[in-house]
Amino acid sequence: MVLMKMKFPFEKRVKLAQGLWLLSLSATVAGALTFSLGCILKTELRRRAEVMDNSDIHIVPDTLMIVGLASLGINYFASKICQDALDAGRFPRWKNFLKPYFAVSCFFTVLMLLAIIMSYAMKGTLESSLKAGLRNGIRFYKDTDTPGRCFQKQNIDRLQMEFRCCGNTDFRDWFEVQWISNRYLDFSSTEVKNRIKSNVDGRYLVDGVPFSCCNPSSPRPCIQYQLTNNSAHYNYDYQTEELNIYLRGCREALVNYYMGLMNTIGAGVLSVFLLQGSVLVSLRFLQTSMEAVAGNENVEIETEGYLLEKGVKETIMEYLDPLLKFLLLKNQVEEGDPAAAPATT
Amino acid sequence: MALMPVKFDLKKRVKLAQTVWFMYWFAVMAGVLVFSMGLFFKIELRKRSELMDNNESHFLPNLLIFMGLIACGINALGGKICYDSLDPIKFMKWKPILKNFLVMCVVFNGLLLVTAVLCFLMRIPLQFTLAEGLRNGMKFYKDTDTPGRCYMKRTLDLMQMEFRCCGNDNFRDWFEIQWVSNRYLDFSAKEVKDRIGSNVDGQYLMDGVPFSCCNPSSPRPCIQGQMTNNSAHYSYDHYTEELNVWRRGCREAMLSYYGGMMNTIGALVVLVTLLEVAVTIGLQYVNTSLSTLANPDDPESESEGWILEKTVGETFTDIMDKMKAMGKGSKVEEGAEAPVATVS
Repeated sequence: MVLMKMKFPFEKRVKLAQGLWLLSLSATVAGALTFSLGCILKTELRRRAEVMDNSDIHIVPDTLMIVGLASLGINYFASKICQDALDAGRFPRWKNFLKPYFAVSCFFTVLMLLAIIMSYAMKGTLESSLKAGLRNGIRFYKDTDTPGRCFQKQNIDRLQMEFRCCGNTDFRDWFEVQWISNRYLDFSSTEVKNRIKSNVDGRYLVDGVPFSCCNPSSPRPCIQYQLTNNSAHYNYDYQTEELNIYLRGCREALVNYYMGLMNTIGAGVLSVFLLQGSVLVSLRFLQTSMEAVAGNENVEIETEGYLLEKGVKETIMEYLDPLLKFLLLKNQVEEGDPAAAPATT
Repeated sequence: MALMPVKFDLKKRVKLAQTVWFMYWFAVMAGVLVFSMGLFFKIELRKRSELMDNNESHFLPNLLIFMGLIACGINALGGKICYDSLDPIKFMKWKPILKNFLVMCVVFNGLLLVTAVLCFLMRIPLQFTLAEGLRNGMKFYKDTDTPGRCYMKRTLDLMQMEFRCCGNDNFRDWFEIQWVSNRYLDFSAKEVKDRIGSNVDGQYLMDGVPFSCCNPSSPRPCIQGQMTNNSAHYSYDHYTEELNVWRRGCREAMLSYYGGMMNTIGALVVLVTLLEVAVTIGLQYVNTSLSTLANPDDPESESEGWILEKTVGETFTDIMDKMKAMGKGSKVEEGAEAPVATVS
């Protein structure tokens, strides 16, 4: 059962070849665009690598870069093939190349679609990675004298100021962590001793946040310390105060930022996918319609083009058979030889 | 004796015309570049006009935009002339205006050089505008309830965070003004009454700075209040503490930002001026080489091209004589009327 048979008179074949050449040119540009979009996403993810616990999400930009490079190669060959297609003398040399070419091209085109689906599916992974990374960042905020962690304070401060967020889930995360280093605590004062005694781990906990949580849009100077104590500040009610510090958590802010970026990139890659798919379909039609011309003296006859010679299932089995035979082949030969050996002896 | 004469045959003339036409295309793009730089500078000034008291002078960016547009026009016309110069019939229609066009080009190049010099000089008035504007901005920091000034706090905070600076000259400027609004001061508290009583104007002054002065690179949580009181904070010495708040003043920070921008723009305008001078000289060569054909009917004959017909000194005296003659011309008319009056 042939899939999508179409008649191709000579002019239509010529038009198809010309259109395909233009299409492959624009698809090459689109492939370069995909590669650069992958690079941009990877750069953005690496910029905030210190607040991410693992780099599982990096598979999305990596895939985009691979697909972009592959599509450059695919479209280069597509343009070469369609240039030779109308020349009966030069087309036959592509005969053996085309079957593996189509297999590889279909694989990479499907990979493009997979990359888009992955970018939506991996939102959960990104969120959990950010949750762990930010928790560590907040815990190590005070360790500005520990090698390997001395820049955590600076990174978290800059992150909170740039993304206008405070803490992990919200600003109360700062109340549960000692974010003031022991070097700057006067252990002889009663206030410090009381606070340290008030919890099991002996940590100096305050109901205050770092200055980077302050919101510049607030009409009053920033209230950082004693946030839950209304009487400590004049004309202040912490339950209705909205503009004093950022109420959004940094995890939510970063997830929104990255999902927005991936949505934009996903839309672009989807259009590249459609373009690439149309290039492959047109090339297949051109190949099958030109194959019918081969050997004929009259080049201008009308031929038929199709997408697949057999149905979809049979074509997939046809491609997988060599692969399966390669894996199962050894077993078959081994079974055959011992059977033959006893037969001969 | 002409200035820098060069002999031209047909091939050389064609090559010259093509090269100058190509250079004119670059010059058009350079004109677009000057225009966009003027636009960029104007937008940057408008973005921070609040901090300059809306008083900043937009003369330089406007001049850059204007010169960019004129450069595009002149270069496009020059390119068209060069393109037509290869065809003697088409070139005939340009011949009469070519001399005036070249004079206009020379004047334009002079103006472009003046613009470049202005780019480097306008730093000085900008310094005064910034100082005045920032001082006023800091005074209105607390007025978040006054219409027209309610965003001054946010603008100043964002500016101090972005430019990594504090105060006008340094952070001590914040000690001299009241930057906490009266709405958030408890006038029944003893501390507030003491502070207000301690100075003539009745202002609530404190030795503290807003949070936007804090330096994230500091190893300790930011110390904003009681900055000059060493005993108020553990292990703190305000004389040696360098990383706590930004030490640079915002006037210096913004001046270096805008100064750097103006220096870059000035350098680019100088380069564009050099390109313009080169294309003007090229067009002069095209003009003179086509006007001095040995055999006017034969386009393949040899010709000579130069920059000036006589030497620089002689050309200068010629121009002075012409100007004197123009001045005398009006006197001659008056003189002629007088004899006519006496005759009649």
